[in-house]
Amino acid sequence: MKKFMKLASLACVSAMVVSTTAFAEGETFKIGGIGPMTGAAAAYGTAVMNAAQIAVDEINEAGGVNGAQLEFNPQDDEHDAEKSINAYNTLKDWGMQMLLGTVTSAPCIAVEAEAVNDNMFLLTPSGSAVDCITAGDNAFRVCFSDPDQGTASAKYIGENGLAEKVAVIYDSSDVYSSGIYATFRTEAENQPFEIVADPAFTADSKTDFSVQLQQAKDAGAELVYLPIYYNEASLIFTQAAGMDFAPKWFGVDGMDGILSVEGFDTSLAEGVMLLTPFSADAEDELTKNFVAKYTELYGETPNQFAADAYDGIYAMKAALEKAEATPDMDASTLCDLVKVAMTEISVDGLTGTGMTWSAEGEPTKAPKAVVIEGGAYKGL
Amino acid sequence: MSFLSYLINGISLGSVYAIIALGYTMVYGIAKMLNFAHGDVIMVGGYAALTMMLSFSANPLIAVLVAIVVCTVLGITIEAVAYRPLREAASPLAVLITAIGVSYLLQNVVLLIFGSNPKSFQSVVPVPDLKLAGGALTVSGETIVTILSCIVIMTVLTLFINKTKAGQAMLAVSEDKGAAQLMGINVNGTIALTFAIGSGLAAVAGVLLCSSYPSLSPYTGSMPGIKAFVAAVFGGIGSIPGAMIGGILLGVIEILGKAYISSQLADAIVFAVLIIVLLVKPTGLLGKKIQEKV
Repeated sequence: MKKFMKLASLACVSAMVVSTTAFAEGETFKIGGIGPMTGAAAAYGTAVMNAAQIAVDEINEAGGVNGAQLEFNPQDDEHDAEKSINAYNTLKDWGMQMLLGTVTSAPCIAVEAEAVNDNMFLLTPSGSAVDCITAGDNAFRVCFSDPDQGTASAKYIGENGLAEKVAVIYDSSDVYSSGIYATFRTEAENQPFEIVADPAFTADSKTDFSVQLQQAKDAGAELVYLPIYYNEASLIFTQAAGMDFAPKWFGVDGMDGILSVEGFDTSLAEGVMLLTPFSADAEDELTKNFVAKYTELYGETPNQFAADAYDGIYAMKAALEKAEATPDMDASTLCDLVKVAMTEISVDGLTGTGMTWSAEGEPTKAPKAVVIEGGAYKGL
Repeated sequence: MSFLSYLINGISLGSVYAIIALGYTMVYGIAKMLNFAHGDVIMVGGYAALTMMLSFSANPLIAVLVAIVVCTVLGITIEAVAYRPLREAASPLAVLITAIGVSYLLQNVVLLIFGSNPKSFQSVVPVPDLKLAGGALTVSGETIVTILSCIVIMTVLTLFINKTKAGQAMLAVSEDKGAAQLMGINVNGTIALTFAIGSGLAAVAGVLLCSSYPSLSPYTGSMPGIKAFVAAVFGGIGSIPGAMIGGILLGVIEILGKAYISSQLADAIVFAVLIIVLLVKPTGLLGKKIQEKV
């Protein structure tokens, strides 16, 4: 009997040893994701979460980061700042160590204000407003900032001689839209075109665009610049077609998603140009593999947001490896290491080769323009 | 020329407001309550028509008829479940607050069923666009149909109220509920009928709204609902021609304000006009001043 007890306790102890090691091996880096998976901006959040999951699965299959697996937990915020904070708190309770998000600008600013207090590493794939990452040195982004988008659009239109008279329709109640327009207007002064009209709209009256379109038409605009989201853009295209106004259209990353609006006649978006660092028809191996995998899993062509998220996860991996981080570190320790490592890495991703980051969190990469042809994006 | 085009767009927007306002004004005139859920019934009408067309590939006309039936049943149900038990409540505020509650309930139920992704609505209007002045002016088919439906609905409603027994009963209930009941009028039935008509109109308004502005989300009804309420008050709440005039004026003011003053201040201008009208003429443009008899 005594012998049996001894054996049993020995077995117990060895079982404990085994389970602890198993626990240490099973320890994972916990990455949270926040973005709109329902709501008016759902196309962005869904793309980000899908692509992030693809990247996480790829990394885990290839052996993980520093020997540890990644775990990804996506949360929905409906493009609403308050819901975004709730999602952030939910993720903290889950034990999040790094955040990929948030996807849209306004919620991102709100979440960054919280994240900076917690010293939580934040990498937004697509939050392009300047203030998304200015609250502290814990925040970085994958996409271009709004000023960069505005400036780059103006340069692209000017340098390629797309038009001499340009009208802008923007949402004055939205920080994203008015932010891009502000830098677009500044850069336009150095370019060989003229802004002939700049009618705005606000969040409360964004169904009727007849006045804005009429003003652009009367001003003789050959090109209309739309630094707005795709939902309003879909209404603008429909109404412009109704009034026989057919200028060139030029959008920014918010236009990405127009092709997936349910019931929208995509022929109305034919010829729309937009500035994006990613085009799904690029010929390089990385893009081809990613597009094939995404299309197979989710049944649609990935947009720029998906590419940003994919690169975001790989940037996190590179930074974690550079910092030689381990999954048992708490979020704050991890953040201190990773934010230094971020400025030292260079990532070859879908949205640019040799991407680097400044200590302020801004990426350096070259923009590309794409055009919608036959219901799909084509590189210009 | 662009002035004319603004004017036409204004009338087009205004006639959508007018049809919605008809529903508000009828319910207020007869049941003496503000049905703030009216805008959301419109949205439900839009979804009903869209579902019929997308999932059952129904003919647009059948889709509109189904939407009318759905909204009518919805209106009667809301009235019976949420408003009737509160009609005798001590404070008239109780029904008002319930109406706001019903509004949020409808929005969130639709959010749950259809998700909040905006859907693009295919126009149900078969009328082609009208080109004037050699193509410089375009009047869309939707605009023509909306204005015509608005006039037809207004005429039919006025005739219905003045010429039929049920209409007379409505007038009696609106004058004095208690006395009407003593005269043998079924007050509950009359008010239910009012809701049925108002909600049926909401379905028509919903389909026309979505045909003109083809984007449908669970919040589609809320802003037009508020503007139409303003239009109803502007024209004199309780007055059927008032709702139509108020709606069209409001649409024109909104579009012209956007065009010539500021596209960002459109809503501020609309509501400022409302304040001025109410200061000068508290009962609205066509509102009756009812003298209290001693």
